Amino acid sequence: MVYLTRKAEFAASHYYHNPAFTPEQNRAIFGKCNNPYGHGHNYTLEVTVKGQVDPRSGFVVDLKQLKEIMNREVLDAMDHRFLNKEVPEFFNQIPTTENLAIAIWQRLSPKLKAAQLHRVRVYETPDLFVDFYGEA
Amino acid sequence: MKAHLTRRYRFSASHRLHSGEMPDTWNRETYGKCNNPHGHGHNYHLEVTVSGPVDPQTGMVCNLVDLDGFVANEILDRFGHQNLNTLPEFANEVPTTENLCVTIYDILRRGFREAHLEKVRMEETMMNSFEYAGGAELRG
Repeated sequence: MVYLTRKAEFAASHYYHNPAFTPEQNRAIFGKCNNPYGHGHNYTLEVTVKGQVDPRSGFVVDLKQLKEIMNREVLDAMDHRFLNKEVPEFFNQIPTTENLAIAIWQRLSPKLKAAQLHRVRVYETPDLFVDFYGEA
Repeated sequence: MKAHLTRRYRFSASHRLHSGEMPDTWNRETYGKCNNPHGHGHNYHLEVTVSGPVDPQTGMVCNLVDLDGFVANEILDRFGHQNLNTLPEFANEVPTTENLCVTIYDILRRGFREAHLEKVRMEETMMNSFEYAGGAELRG
């Protein structure tokens, strides 16, 4: 088994707000992240796939295809977007980095054929990242 | 859905690698420059990884305010800008980054209740790093 990781970057804005909470609760729990007009990050995405090395191509996965899938499923939908308003997963779910990693996994996983998705890592800043391994 | 969250922190400290139980020649041979008597310092990078179900109400594994507060009070304030050899944690232990990593893991494991501690990773320099997961296998 060989693991291969591809990186991508995208910029997006978001804010944290749960309509089930009172305004005071939202501010207490989410702090500055609750500011209603949102704020932005330069996200770094790392997608790790695993599989056997194909003896003919020497590839775990065709990187060009992986890049196309990442562009189509993630970057086209999220880059330079306001996640709360423009990405359907976050119409009713808070776009934390945790939920972003899960949403990206759910977008990519069914599209990968030759290789299996192993990990989605999303950096919100260089000092904060979330890993999702598809665990229930 | 279970996710892993990692936060990076920085602190600076000095140390000297020297075992009082061993002769000076052994210390010099084993620790080299790190045995110089007056110590030396590093800018340490600390990575704390916690895991758990993502709370549907908040979208979080744990609130970063809680993790940052705990690490600031219990770790950064305790070790930042200190000579590690003078601290009680290292009264009977050489303050290698291995031992520092285990010490910090134990502080988090005992005191931080908001999420499951997965591992602690420490970079002593850009060229070396140490990881401890309480004896569990590491997940890459």
